[in-house]
Amino acid sequence: MTTVTPDGQGTVAAPAGDALRVEHIRKRFGAVTALRDINLHLAKGEVLALLGDNGAGKSTLMKILCGFQQPGGGRILVNGQEVVINSVDHARELGIDVVYQDLALVNQLSVYHNMFLNREMVRWPFLSNKKMRRIAREHLDELGVDIPSVDADVAKLSGGQRQAIAVARAVFTDAKILLLDEPLAAMGAKEAALILDLVRDLKQRGDVSVMIIAHNYGQVLEISDRVNLLQHGEITFDKPSRDTSVTELNDIVVEEYRRALAERHKTA
Amino acid sequence: MSETAERTSVAGGPPGGQANRSSPGLLRRATVGFMQRREATVFVVVVLLIVYFGFISSGRSTFFTKLNLIVLSQVAGPIIIIAIGEVFLLICGEIDLSVGFTFTFAPFLMHYLIDFYGVPGIPAIIISLLMGLAVGWVNGFLTVTLGLPSFITTLGTGFALQGIMLITSHAEQSAIPGPVQGIGHWIGTYAWAEIGWAIIFVIIFHLVLRRTRWGLHTIAVGGNQVGAQEAGVKAGRIKYGNFMITAVLGAFVGLQVAFQASVIDPSSGGYTPMFYSVAAAVIGGTALLGGSGTIIGAFLGSMMLAVLIDGFPVIGVSANPLPLIFGAAILLAMIANVQFARLRERGRAL
Repeated sequence: MTTVTPDGQGTVAAPAGDALRVEHIRKRFGAVTALRDINLHLAKGEVLALLGDNGAGKSTLMKILCGFQQPGGGRILVNGQEVVINSVDHARELGIDVVYQDLALVNQLSVYHNMFLNREMVRWPFLSNKKMRRIAREHLDELGVDIPSVDADVAKLSGGQRQAIAVARAVFTDAKILLLDEPLAAMGAKEAALILDLVRDLKQRGDVSVMIIAHNYGQVLEISDRVNLLQHGEITFDKPSRDTSVTELNDIVVEEYRRALAERHKTA
Repeated sequence: MSETAERTSVAGGPPGGQANRSSPGLLRRATVGFMQRREATVFVVVVLLIVYFGFISSGRSTFFTKLNLIVLSQVAGPIIIIAIGEVFLLICGEIDLSVGFTFTFAPFLMHYLIDFYGVPGIPAIIISLLMGLAVGWVNGFLTVTLGLPSFITTLGTGFALQGIMLITSHAEQSAIPGPVQGIGHWIGTYAWAEIGWAIIFVIIFHLVLRRTRWGLHTIAVGGNQVGAQEAGVKAGRIKYGNFMITAVLGAFVGLQVAFQASVIDPSSGGYTPMFYSVAAAVIGGTALLGGSGTIIGAFLGSMMLAVLIDGFPVIGVSANPLPLIFGAAILLAMIANVQFARLRERGRAL
């Protein structure tokens, strides 16, 4: 897809339409190589499922993309422009936002304060609570997120509702590249449906690209356009979702487990 | 007071979309709303204590005299003001144990500046307050930047400040310097100065906590620091700031108490007012683990302690069993608060 010089530096320009392009990203933590050589791309309006087992490097990649950590090498292109993402704020300016399942929201604050956290509307010196409440309400309605009241403390909502609010918040703050970290983990079918529906709605809007990071591929295959598999710090599999199946993905993962087991027996 | 307590919700307004506002329903909802506020229990306790000391006990003839009310207000004021700072710190997950020594040192610094260095009165007061700012910054630096737990850092800075104060003052009292006696009246000498300042600070900081970004971010940092930081909230800045707010308030109270006592005393301040204030904050519903708390609650908690401190001598209980009564009262208030909170949760679930 891209021509790469042996030193991994030069590449041809990214084709137009790629919202995000990651080329040869590496990351080591001391002796541990978390990311060996990551190459992936995310088209505008696309939903990409990034699957991988625990420890494959998913969260490290996330942290790099959202500016929490710096890569050890390689480059990142946003809308064809090479960028060095040096902080979470910077990532957000570039339109990249990560939604963590449980970390994102502050339980002690109301839904609308969470929606506006760090982007509060202020009529100095006070917060414009009425305005924020109204806009939060409108925005959640527009996305079809059904919650009893925007005044409720987030602590009182279900996991799915919290997640939905976190996603809505990201979209609301003009995220164009949305990274969802394990959005469906520990979630029942009904709750998961809430999130899947929300992603589907986002897809229809067409201006938001979504990367869903998960290790349960069954749940996300259905709503994703394409599937990437991350194994041992590398993307080892890249196919449109309609050309693959749960069975195929399953076989790959089972194969990996079999190999790990064999290796263990060898060393033991 | 009940109205004030009711308006402390973070949401700052009634839940939307509820129809049927018939008047008995409204009254009932207002009552339920009030009882669901953390401050409600403390408010009731304060009222009961005042009723007891003012109408039932043997001291009832003295309690409502002007003199006693002044004493009561002068006891309450410093606790309230320091508690305000502690509320901000506790909410964002920290504590300041050193504030009582910032309190002790501030009037000494003012005295040194005026009497030894010829600094005029008002600049000396301002520099003493800035000293508080600096102590707060150091507490922030040790806690946020060096990553030590604030329980330890502020214990250390507290001792250090006490040492500096004792070395420089030779543990001796000093008179209030002439140039600040005039302004000192407004800060602490006039009968209602303590409570007046306390109420001004309560109003200001209540608004800061409930209605500004600073307050919102303080709650966010205490409630979920990682999440708040991921949203871009500058947690370190919030903590630095709250350490500085607390220490400046402590320095201010130190000046107030010196002016009110007409003497700068090395034995005033220290751990006692700090612990009263932390107790007041916690009694008023501030969570020791961060994330929630109110200024109104801390105000009521301080009033409760002040009524106890003032009330027992009024009814002629000797000073010796006072700490015991005091400890029991704090524990009872907190048990009541926790149990009441449980009841409220249950009531909500039903």
